[in-house]
Amino acid sequence: MSIRVEHINKRFGDFVALNDVTLDVPDGKLTALLGPSGCGKTTLLRVIAGLEQSDSGRILFNGEDSSNAHVRERNVGFVFQHYALFRHMTVFENVAFGLRVKPRRERLSDSEIRAKVTRLLELVHLDWLGHRYPAQLSGGQRQRIALARALAVEPRVLLLDEPFGALDAKVRKDLRRWLRDLHHQLGLTSIFVTHDQEEALELADQVVLINKGAIEQVGEPAQVYSQPATPFVQSFLGHSNFFEGRVVSGALQVEDGGLALPAGSGDEGARLSAYVRPHEFQVTRETSGPGVEAKVARALELGALARIELVGVRSGRPFEAEIPKRELAKLALVPGETVRLVPDALRVFPAQEVAAE
Amino acid sequence: MTDLALKRQSAGPQGWRGPLVWGGLALGGAAVYFGSQDSLLPSGALTSVYALFALLGLGLVNARSRVLPGFRLSLAVTILMLFLIILIPLSAVFINTAQLSWAQIWSAVSAPRAVASYKLSFTASLLAAAVNVVFGLILAWAITRYRFPGRKLVDALIDLPFALPTAVAGIALTALYAKNGWFGSFLEGQLGIKVAFSQLGVLVALVFIGLPFVVRTVQPVLEDLDAEFEEAAASLGANRWQTVWRVVLPALYPALLTGFAMAFARALGEYGSVIFIAGNIPLVSEITPLIIITKLEQYDYAGATAIAAVMLIVSFALLLAINALQVWSSRRTERS
Amino acid sequence: MAGGTASLYARGRQTGRAATRDPKWAQVLIIGLGLTFFALFLLAPLALVFTEALRKGWSAYFGALVDRDAQSAIRLTLLAAAIAVPVNLVFGIAASWLIAKHRFRGRTLLTTLIDLPFSVSPVIAGLVYVLVFSSQGWFGPWLQDNGMKVIFAVPGIVLATVFVTFPFIARELIPLMESQGTEEEEAAVVLGAGGLTTFLRVTLPNVKWGLLYGVILCNARAMGEFGAVSVVSGHIRGLTNTMPLHVEILYNEYQFSAAFAVASLLALLALLTLLIKTVVEWRVARAQREGA
Repeated sequence: MSIRVEHINKRFGDFVALNDVTLDVPDGKLTALLGPSGCGKTTLLRVIAGLEQSDSGRILFNGEDSSNAHVRERNVGFVFQHYALFRHMTVFENVAFGLRVKPRRERLSDSEIRAKVTRLLELVHLDWLGHRYPAQLSGGQRQRIALARALAVEPRVLLLDEPFGALDAKVRKDLRRWLRDLHHQLGLTSIFVTHDQEEALELADQVVLINKGAIEQVGEPAQVYSQPATPFVQSFLGHSNFFEGRVVSGALQVEDGGLALPAGSGDEGARLSAYVRPHEFQVTRETSGPGVEAKVARALELGALARIELVGVRSGRPFEAEIPKRELAKLALVPGETVRLVPDALRVFPAQEVAAE
Repeated sequence: MTDLALKRQSAGPQGWRGPLVWGGLALGGAAVYFGSQDSLLPSGALTSVYALFALLGLGLVNARSRVLPGFRLSLAVTILMLFLIILIPLSAVFINTAQLSWAQIWSAVSAPRAVASYKLSFTASLLAAAVNVVFGLILAWAITRYRFPGRKLVDALIDLPFALPTAVAGIALTALYAKNGWFGSFLEGQLGIKVAFSQLGVLVALVFIGLPFVVRTVQPVLEDLDAEFEEAAASLGANRWQTVWRVVLPALYPALLTGFAMAFARALGEYGSVIFIAGNIPLVSEITPLIIITKLEQYDYAGATAIAAVMLIVSFALLLAINALQVWSSRRTERS
Repeated sequence: MAGGTASLYARGRQTGRAATRDPKWAQVLIIGLGLTFFALFLLAPLALVFTEALRKGWSAYFGALVDRDAQSAIRLTLLAAAIAVPVNLVFGIAASWLIAKHRFRGRTLLTTLIDLPFSVSPVIAGLVYVLVFSSQGWFGPWLQDNGMKVIFAVPGIVLATVFVTFPFIARELIPLMESQGTEEEEAAVVLGAGGLTTFLRVTLPNVKWGLLYGVILCNARAMGEFGAVSVVSGHIRGLTNTMPLHVEILYNEYQFSAAFAVASLLALLALLTLLIKTVVEWRVARAQREGA
């Protein structure tokens, strides 16, 4: 089922949580709402679920206006950040809850409920835990039970609030892959909230970047990473080296040197911000030509790559470059030595102060 | 994100207290005004009913589209019961007082017996609350910081004054401190200190009923106080006494003050545990609640009502002070 | 609690951290002062009640309890509690659901108003009903015309009891419900549960122990209320005397053993209440540990 969010506004007192948000969630896809904490992504998810009422705007499920439908009628599956498992019920009863509270004429028979819950527990590979209580489960197990419980009522969409937020790194990785497979198996339109870019880029079909209550960019993971639409997206996703300067005869003049600009990046004399990812730098010992001059602070070897930390010779700004380890060996850099950083690629935006959190 | 949203959300309603309080005061004023007219009952009751619906309406206005069910029902039940059982009867004290002339009110509240009772009630309550602060802190400290045999029993029995009927406490304390009692025979017989049937007896009873307030407000703060603060102080060279005096006690001030105010408020209104031990000697050991009862027994409803109004005003002021204290102390702990 | 005098001095704190340990003499002094105060002010009155009650032996003790006036006082006390506790239960559940699970204008004011009866002297709690219902009160003439009596009768006693015990259950439930948040209820509603189902199957099981203690405490206070009931009762023997009022009468008539015998029943009730409180606190702490 497709979801359309139209011009949603939501404030809490003076705080603007959502500012005119419009978004399309395509049918059967896994969409990530990604942004720093406090950006409004959880509020958006709760508005879609009906757990929060927006001040204005509409929510459409399959083109049908559901803005005024109560949560109960929206038929969404919601997985809470801390799972919200009923602590006094067994795992089995937790999963069965949604089936048991249906009106009598819609309710399945006891044996059907039993069969269905067992099937769901098998789906999440926890059929052997049915008689336990939530307190006796590990975090990852609770997460999967919360998912099974949400799926039991055959929701039209699945909404997950920071699904891996409360788990440790190892479990997080395993569950991520498992959730992705499960999503492919079920084909259920799903939205999940996360502040972890790696999680969003690895899992989602579509990533929605949110900052300060507004959508910055919507796109496929590869697209938002390689073609950020705004300075926020550029600096939020991955690591970037930041430059600021003026266009002088087609190149960006910055304190530590000059950067070649792609054609049509800006008028002569315009102030621009430029971003270069660490792996997009060439490190050379040439003393002239384009690029910025920087002093080597230290070099670290990380697996196949080497990270070089540098300091701009005039600006004193920290820079970071990543080059293959073999190249580092060839260069044989000495700390304190001055080198030239030449970007292979850079992305340019009109100058403005960007504070990435 | 969620945390922030919730904080904002809970900050929201605070801004609405202003209009509500002013509205309530205006309605209360109207109730007193109508009440002071001749046709007391209909208009007085009518105003109260208006107030009821105004409050109900205020709540219902923002009842639309709530996720959790039962908002309207629980609001209606809460407000209806609160008004019918508590607020309307309580307003009777003020409405009836407003009907009296100033001379009547003044003669009732400034009668020598009444004034003597204010002095006693006020002084004894203040002293009792002070004693409770000292021993409440000692007991709370011992229970939370040390392990000793009987600790759990002590912890459980601290609440005894809450659970023991005041009349039972009253006769038990009287029997203890009477001239032939366990303590009285020593205090009065050997030392010549008369406790039962004196002002000292009032103090003893008020100390008894106020004890749990201080212990129970200080105890949780003491339990939650991170040992790291004390370790930090020690690592900076403070000795144990300096650590307690400069680090631990300041953290307890709000709780101690709240406990003091609660014990004081409770002591002011206390009746059952005091009247047996006080002896109720006019101008000497009569407490204010007893004056009200005495006036009622003489069918002097006007006098009883006027004195009750004075007591209620003091109680409400204390209630507000306690609330403000709690808000203040929770802000203080939040910041750290 | 285990271990003899050694543990009296032994550990500064559970953790036994050196920096937070008080010197031994200070520990002994504080524990000594605390226990002395505790013994003088709390244990002694409690012990005296039972000693005095049994001073004239068991037969006199039971004699005082089966006395006709005592029996009628016990019956009236049970009746008043049987009405007051359910009334306050309804109020407590409604108010705590409202305040703990919803955010709305005037929420803080309402919370303060709920606490109001705590700060009102019990004598005034009785007086207000006299002002409203007595023969000279607001509804007095109307009641008289219709042959009904509230003051100096059972309804007045029940009303006064409800007044003084009004906030007890709500006060117990509100912090408990607040600490549990609303996520579980939201989860239930998302899964399609209705209001009553959500309350009965999700909220109630989580607060049942706190609710039980609230009810028990409310009951103890209802049975033990003295000041408020004293004002509205009229002290008619065999008719409008509750147990605490009966204790007062016996005491004033110098029937000390009988007075303490009836008082001992109330003291036992208080001890039972504290016992249940301790058990409840223990269970709540355990539930929280497991939930974490």
